[in-house]
Amino acid sequence: MTHQPFIMRILRDRMASSVLGILIVAAFLIPALNMLVSPDSALHVPSYIVTLLGKYLTYALLALSVDLVWGYCGILSLGHGAFFALGGYAMGMHMMREIGDRGVYGNAELPDFMVFLNWQELPWYWYGFDSFGFAVLMVVLAPGLLAFVFGWFAFRSRVTGVYLSIITQAMTYALLLAFFRNDMGFGGNNGLTDFKDVLGFDLRSDGMRATLFFLSAMAVVMGYLVCRFIVDSRLGRVIIAIRDSESRARFLGYRVEYYKLFVFTVSAVLAGVAGALYVPQVGIINPSEFSPANSIEIVIWVALGGRGTLVGPIIGALAVNYAKSYFTGALPEVWLFMLGGLFIFSTLFLPKGIVGTEAIQVAFEAQRLKLAKFLRPYDYLEGGDGR
Amino acid sequence: MYPNKFKTRWLVVLSVIFGLTVTSVTPAYADPFVDAVQALNAKSNKAKTTAIEALVATGDERAAAVLGAFLNGTLFYRKADKRVFITEKSGSVYILIDPATGEDVGEAKKSEAKKIPINNRLRGQLKGVLGAMTLMSADVDKRRHAADEVFKANDPSMLPVLQKALAREEDADVKDRMIRAQAAIVLEYGDDTAARVKAAENLSEFTDPDVGALLGKMVANATDPAVVNAAKAAQDSVENSLAAWAFLGNLFQGVSLGSVLLLAAVGLAITFGVMGVINMAHGEMVMLGAYTTFMVQEVFRNYFPGAFDWSLAVAVPAAFLVTAAVGIAIERGIIRWLYGRPLETLLATWGLSLMLQQAIRTIFGPTNQEVGNPSWMSGAIETSTGLVLTYNRIWIIVFALGVLLMLSLIARKTLFGLQMRAVTQNRAMASSMGIRSGWVDALTFALGSGVAGMAGVALSQIDNVSPNLGQTYIIDSFMVVVFGGVGNLWGTLVGAFSLGIVNKFMEPYAGAVLGKIFVLVGIILFIQKRPRGLFALKGRAVES
Repeated sequence: MTHQPFIMRILRDRMASSVLGILIVAAFLIPALNMLVSPDSALHVPSYIVTLLGKYLTYALLALSVDLVWGYCGILSLGHGAFFALGGYAMGMHMMREIGDRGVYGNAELPDFMVFLNWQELPWYWYGFDSFGFAVLMVVLAPGLLAFVFGWFAFRSRVTGVYLSIITQAMTYALLLAFFRNDMGFGGNNGLTDFKDVLGFDLRSDGMRATLFFLSAMAVVMGYLVCRFIVDSRLGRVIIAIRDSESRARFLGYRVEYYKLFVFTVSAVLAGVAGALYVPQVGIINPSEFSPANSIEIVIWVALGGRGTLVGPIIGALAVNYAKSYFTGALPEVWLFMLGGLFIFSTLFLPKGIVGTEAIQVAFEAQRLKLAKFLRPYDYLEGGDGR
Repeated sequence: MYPNKFKTRWLVVLSVIFGLTVTSVTPAYADPFVDAVQALNAKSNKAKTTAIEALVATGDERAAAVLGAFLNGTLFYRKADKRVFITEKSGSVYILIDPATGEDVGEAKKSEAKKIPINNRLRGQLKGVLGAMTLMSADVDKRRHAADEVFKANDPSMLPVLQKALAREEDADVKDRMIRAQAAIVLEYGDDTAARVKAAENLSEFTDPDVGALLGKMVANATDPAVVNAAKAAQDSVENSLAAWAFLGNLFQGVSLGSVLLLAAVGLAITFGVMGVINMAHGEMVMLGAYTTFMVQEVFRNYFPGAFDWSLAVAVPAAFLVTAAVGIAIERGIIRWLYGRPLETLLATWGLSLMLQQAIRTIFGPTNQEVGNPSWMSGAIETSTGLVLTYNRIWIIVFALGVLLMLSLIARKTLFGLQMRAVTQNRAMASSMGIRSGWVDALTFALGSGVAGMAGVALSQIDNVSPNLGQTYIIDSFMVVVFGGVGNLWGTLVGAFSLGIVNKFMEPYAGAVLGKIFVLVGIILFIQKRPRGLFALKGRAVES
C-alpha cells in the first residue's frame, strides 16, 4: 500500500477514515450545537458536556501516544502520565501568570500559593511563562527533554521489558513525590488552579470551552496523522521490527536505541500536548496526575481499544472514560471492580483489543462492501469484490 | 496520698506526748527537723527558700512528706500558735497531721488554719529537691530516676544531699548517674577551677544529649578559660560518642526498614525470578495477610482474650495459608494463560489488585482496622544515649531473617526447591526431565504469595491496616527486586537492606521525601549500569 499517497492510504482504511471523519464532524458539530442551538432544543449540547468530551479527547491523544511506543515499539511505558502532567504543568504555569493581580492576595508578582508560603520573588524556572509562546514551547520541550534524557540512558544500556516498565514507573513516582513538595514551587499538594483565562479569553465562557473542544478534537486528528505517518514510513517498519525482535533488528545493523529514543520522545511530546489541552478544560493540575496508577490506567485504554492499531486507543480511551464517568456517578462501588475486570478481560480475551477483534473487522468489511456496492454498483455486477 | 497512713503504731504514743507538750509555747524544740519545718512558715519567699534548703540539709526522711505537702498546697499553719501541719481536707474541716510523727492530731476549721503561701519559684525548687530526697530511697529504680531528675534540674542546693547519697550508694549504674548529676552541678555552679575542670572531664564520659547541651552552654557562658577549655574538650568527646550512637540509631532504623522491604519483596523476587512474572497484585497479598491477622485477632478477642499474646503465632500460618490459596487461584485462573507475555501479566495482575482492594474496601470499609501488638512486642529498649529500639521492629527484623532462612532452606534442601531451581534455570530441559513445570509454577506462586501474606502479619504490627496497605509497599518492593536482581534471594537481601539503610541515612540530610526521590533516581541510574540488577543470573535464563 505504500505506493499510494499518504492521504489516500488513510481514506481507503475504512476504520481510520470513519473514526477521523467522526472526529472532524464532531469538532464542528458539537460546538455548533452548543452555541447556535437554543438551550430549549433537544439537540442542544450543554457546555459541561462539551468540556467533558474535550477532556475525553485529550485522553484519547494520550492513549495514542502510549500506543505509539507500546503498540509499535514494544516499550510498555508505565510513566506516560508524567509527560502528560508535565505538559499540563507548563500550560498551568502560564495560566497562573495570566491571573496576575486577580488572585486572592491580589499580588501581581507572585501566584497565590507563593504568597501563602511567604516567598519573596518568583523562582527562576517560572520566568518566561508570562508569554504564551514560551509556555507552548515548554509544553513540547519539558516532556520531550525528560523523555529524551530518560530514554537516552535507558535504551543505550538496553533496559528492556518489565525492567523498563518498572523504571518508568519509578520515574513518575519520583516526580509525584517531588511535585508534592511545597519547596518545589509548583503549588505542592494543591497544584495549580483558579485559572481565569488564556490569551485574554475567559476559560469559563462557552466560546472558549467550544474552542478548546475543537482544538482537542483537531489535536487527536493531527496526533493520529503524525503517528500514522511515522508508522507507515520506512522508519516505522524498523520500529515494528524492533518490537517483534529487537536483537534481530540490531544484528541487521539498525541502531535500535536511536529508533526507540525517537519514538519515545515523539510520544512524550504528544502526551505533553494532551496534558496542555487537558488542564484548561478541567481547570486544575495537581501532583496526583503523576501517580503510577494513572499511568497504568492509560495502558488499559490502549489494551482495550487495540494496541498497534492507532484507531484502537482512541476508541478505548473514549469508551473507558465514558464508562468511568457513568459508573463512578451511578455505582461508585462497582467501578474499580469493572476497571480491574477490564484489565483481566482484555489481556486474557482481547489480546488485540476491540478493534483487532475479528467480529468487528468483519462487520467493518461488510459495511465497506455495502457502501462500495452502493457507490459503484457496476464493479460488483459479476460477483467480484470490487478491488 | 501522703505517707501518714504507713507510720507505725508506736508513734501514736510519741505524738500524744508531743502534742500535749507543745500546744502553748512558741517553737523551741530539741528536734532540728521540727525547727526546720517551722521555719517554712516564714514571711519572705527568700527565707522560705533558705528554710527548704535547711530542711533538706537535715537529711531527714520525714522531710519528703512535708515538702510534698508544701508543693501540693496542703501545708498549713494553725493561726492560734503558728504551728505547721500537713493537712487533709475532710468535708468543711481540715485534719491536721503532725509532720514530725505523721499522726493525726486534731481538726481545724477553715478559719483556724491558713495555707503557707508558695510561688512558682519555690515550686521549681521543691520539685528538684523532692527528686533529691528520693535519692535515699531503698528502691533502686526510684534512686535511678531521682538521680536523673536531679541531673535535669541541675540545682546547686541539692549538692549536699547528692553527696550524701553518693557516699552510701552501692549500685554501680545509679552511682554513675549520681556522679553525672554532681559533676553537672559542680561544673556550672562551682567556684574551684580544678574541681570544675575535673567535673568536665567526668562529664565527658557520659554519652547523653543533655550532657552535650550543658557542656555547650558552659563553653558559651563560662568565664574561667580553663573551665571553657575543659568543657570544650569534654563537649567534643561527648558529641563524638553521641554521633556514634546516632549512627547506630540510624543503622537500626535502616535495618528495620530494610527488613520490612525484604519481607515485602522476597515473595515478589520468587515469582519474578522463577516465572518471569511481575505480580502487581503482590502488595494486595500483603494486605490480605494483614487483614487475616485482623480476623485472627478478632477471634482471639472474642473467644480467647487471655491468649491474645499468642494470636500472632496463629496469624502467621493462617495468613500464609490464606494468601497461598489465593495465589494458587490467581495462577491457575489468570497467570498461566499469559506465560511468555510478561507485560500482559503485569496488566492483568494490576487489574486484579484493583479488584482485591475494592473487595476488601467493600467488606471491611475504607478505614483502618485495629490490629493490636501482643505484650511481648510492645515497648522499647531505651538508652540514656538517645537510642530507642522498639521491640516490634526488633522482632520484625528477626522474623524477616527467619523467613529468608526458611526460604533458602526450601530452595536448597527440598525436592520442590530442586525442581523450582531447575525450572528457573531451564524450563524446557526441566520439563523434559519429567518435572511438571506447570505444578512447579503454581506452587512457586503459592509460596511467593504465602510469604507476602506473612509479610502482611509483620506489617500489621507497625503500619495501618487499610485497603491501601499493599500500594504503599509495591513500588519499593519492585525497586528492591530490580536493584538486587531476580531469582536470587541473596540479591533481595542485599537490595532490601541497602535501600533501607541508604533511605534512613539520607533522611536527616535531605528529608524523608527528597531522600526517597534520590533513592529512586539512584536506582534508575543504577539500572543503566546493570540492567539485570546487582546479582544477575548468568547463562541461558537471561536470554528470554
